[in-house]
Amino acid sequence: MAIEATETRPLGKAIKRKEDPRLVRGQGRYLDDIVLPGMLYMALARSPYAHARIKEIRLDQAYQVPGVKAILTGADLEKMNLSWMPTLAGDRQMVLATGKVLFQYQEVAAVVAESRAAAEDAVQLIEIDYEPLAPVVDPYAALKADAPLLREDRDQKDNHIFHWEVGDRKATDDALASSPVVVKEFIRMPRVHPAPVEPCGCIADYQKATGKLTWYVTSQAPHAHRTVLALVSGLPEHMIHVISPDIGGGFGNKVPVYPGYVCSVVMSLQLGRPVKWVETRTENIATTNFARDYHMTAEIGATQEGIVTALKVATIADHGAFDAAADPSKFPAGLFSIVTGSYDFPVAFAEVDGVYTNKAPGGVAYRCSFRVTEASYLIERVMNTLALKLNLDPAEIRRRNFIRSEQFPYQSPLGWTYDSGNYDATLNEALKLVDYEQLRKQQAERRAGGELVGIGISTFTEIVGAGPSNTFDILGIKMFDSCEIRIHPTGKAIARLGTRHQGQGHETTFAQVIADELGMTAADVLIEEGDTDTAPYGLGTYASRSTPTAGGAAALAARRIRQKAIQIAAHLLEVSPDDVEWNGEKFAAKGLESRAVGMSEVALAAYTNLPEGMEPGLEATYYYDPPNLTFPNGAYVAMVAIDRGTGEVKVERFVAVDDCGTVINPMVVDGQVHGGLTEGFGIAFMQEIAYDEDGNNLAPNFMEYLVPTAVEAPHWETGRTVTPSPHHPIGAKGVGESPNVGSPAAFVNAVVDALSPYGVTNVEIPLFPWKVWNVLKELGLTQ
Amino acid sequence: MESRKEDARRMVSVTINGEMRQGLAEPRTLLAYFIRETLGLTGTHVGCDTTSCGACTVLFDGEPVKSCTVLAVQADQHQIDTVEGLETDNVLHPLQQAFWDNHGLQCGFCTPGMLMTSVALLQKNPHPTESEIRHGISGNLCRCTGYVNIVKAITDASHKMQKEPAEV
Ligand code: FES
Ligand code: FES
Repeated sequence: MAIEATETRPLGKAIKRKEDPRLVRGQGRYLDDIVLPGMLYMALARSPYAHARIKEIRLDQAYQVPGVKAILTGADLEKMNLSWMPTLAGDRQMVLATGKVLFQYQEVAAVVAESRAAAEDAVQLIEIDYEPLAPVVDPYAALKADAPLLREDRDQKDNHIFHWEVGDRKATDDALASSPVVVKEFIRMPRVHPAPVEPCGCIADYQKATGKLTWYVTSQAPHAHRTVLALVSGLPEHMIHVISPDIGGGFGNKVPVYPGYVCSVVMSLQLGRPVKWVETRTENIATTNFARDYHMTAEIGATQEGIVTALKVATIADHGAFDAAADPSKFPAGLFSIVTGSYDFPVAFAEVDGVYTNKAPGGVAYRCSFRVTEASYLIERVMNTLALKLNLDPAEIRRRNFIRSEQFPYQSPLGWTYDSGNYDATLNEALKLVDYEQLRKQQAERRAGGELVGIGISTFTEIVGAGPSNTFDILGIKMFDSCEIRIHPTGKAIARLGTRHQGQGHETTFAQVIADELGMTAADVLIEEGDTDTAPYGLGTYASRSTPTAGGAAALAARRIRQKAIQIAAHLLEVSPDDVEWNGEKFAAKGLESRAVGMSEVALAAYTNLPEGMEPGLEATYYYDPPNLTFPNGAYVAMVAIDRGTGEVKVERFVAVDDCGTVINPMVVDGQVHGGLTEGFGIAFMQEIAYDEDGNNLAPNFMEYLVPTAVEAPHWETGRTVTPSPHHPIGAKGVGESPNVGSPAAFVNAVVDALSPYGVTNVEIPLFPWKVWNVLKELGLTQ
Repeated sequence: MESRKEDARRMVSVTINGEMRQGLAEPRTLLAYFIRETLGLTGTHVGCDTTSCGACTVLFDGEPVKSCTVLAVQADQHQIDTVEGLETDNVLHPLQQAFWDNHGLQCGFCTPGMLMTSVALLQKNPHPTESEIRHGISGNLCRCTGYVNIVKAITDASHKMQKEPAEV
């Protein structure tokens, strides 16, 4: 049962969330709840075609709608040099289309009106003549020499975006050539969308009299968005105030800057009135950043005993019409090079080629630290194929190849230094919780009775917490994060961080970290995020980076407070600072345990009774540049049964053991794991953004894009091992994404296990019942 | 076009959370927007355009409905209950309290709709099984919690409401 926030020594305890009292009352303040005086509404006209030339746009009818204030087209933006904007991936993206459209639902014109309805009416009356062009939907077709050229704006006259490679190609080829066993698998991670329940939106409020733009926006990275906006718009950065209010889920969807944002800013600048734009669900799924669309081929070499010798990976990455990936600048394929996973590969090589197609632009890291999900899915799937080939138990193949605990810090062949882990312990805990031996026995019995039952294992390693400034930046800005703490005279505190939570519970967990360092309670520490005029600069919340970066900053800022506090405590205790000790809750005089003062006495003294010559006040700021990333790991076991009549897969058991280092709040960690597993389940079984050959989006809303409801979502069992990060100030690693990264392979390995007696080594996700049924049919297994 | 130029708005009167309120609504205005924008009660959320997510769930004469799929004019002279009406005398409704105690929410965007569906569920079935709860809330999407703790919260509330019938 959860504990009240007034508990002392709160770190590691299941403190009830401080954000909940307002949210359960419906008193959260989400973007669309904000109404400003004189506010106008914006709606966008979008292309019905995936690839077409724009012949003419006629606006006269639309202007007739009462209440319409202005209509913006690409031609207008061109005059302002704003028809294109930079993407975080170093490409550029059309704000409003000029010349031609490159994906269905692309933004073509923006209407601003006195009401939402008037803006939508006018959008219906904008007449646009298109000349349809041949669309390119398949990324392999896009690379053919005779493929239609999509991006005429580029100097390069083909649809290839980038080639990126890492590792030793020759050594890997040699090792594969001399390996007695080689397995090869083609693994596709289809296009999905994060689809938080709250769509994206913003209100741009430009006040001519002050020259200040206040920009309310559903942003996971408000400071970065302020800088990007300053660069794109030319407005001075100190005259841009970004407020990211309560966010109804993000999962990576609210990291990029979208055309609708830019249009509403332009409109507010022109009209001098606040302009609100909130996308519909269809707009959200069909146009804002998707994820995955990775087409991967992997080869693993091994000895007869199953000891891996080499890994080689080649990937085609479909980015859609613009490379709008939100990756750190030096990583066009994100952190895909974590693909060697939890295993000690002597050599490896990975390459990724990015491709343009006539699909919505992206892709974002969906509950994932930049392509880590793709990498984990791939290695966990292909290790399974290796186990099948050698007729080894999937737990055993993993044990034989794990990086051993004494190898940490471990240097991976693709360039990472893993901080810590005890992979055997994590796997053993999962096998114990699920009672693996018993489960295998049950499986054998049920199989003998004709049932299709499978058990799947995934033992993944993530790489999160981007990141150290020597390697990680976004548009040149280093990826540190920050915390500023002010202690008030009565011993209460406010702390502001550069991150922005969207449900992760920072208002509670960061209060726990700070309170624990200062002998306070979480109730005494107010956490504030998302206001760029008050919070110190930081890069935001995604890629499981908040705890590794801002969490480190919070602990270190608190320790800075303590450095000054100890001087004040010495003054109050009338001893020398050298004779004062921090006992975890109070400052005590050495050898005189009964003489001690707590933070509230020290805080009051900081404003009322200072040592001679000391600067008043008690506050500190810390910009934390982490020395390394963190590497959470986990061991997941799934048990499934396949219905021979319908092809439906039922997840009967799922045990997830995570190791995210030090746990700040076990209740919050479990909640993150439940949520991530459910999204991983959706990705394995239900969620896909498919396109037809004309480039029509076949799943642009929640009717076709299926996300799990309470009925489909399995019951989750969770467990934990704790291997602290040696370099993080409190040893924490981050956990929000692990379950989404690690679980898809466990589900699919279980389905493959059920079908492996019939020669199946691979099935393609999402595993809709009809797809599974087709496989059963081919194998003659249907009922 | 012609009809849009005329003022086709109508006065709509509702009893919302026990209070009589009225406001003008176009014939096409959805109840969700009437509640949010005309009456200023923003706890009811909008998360989709296909009646799929349930973030907009309110009680309409005691029955849970998706207010994005009801016209405001249909609510004229009817009784509406929203999340804002759950608390009494500064005491949270047992379901609100249980969602808090059991970590039944993360971003909180689905929560008001989830709570209203749960209120109706427990009124009809005071002691639901896990499976009945899961089916009962299957019209409400949550992307954050994976539903485990929502189910727990509803179960917890059902036990507490049984013990303290005065609060039901
Ligand atoms: S907004 Fe009503 S069901 Fe989604
Ligand atoms: S708590 Fe975020 S959608 Fe349910």
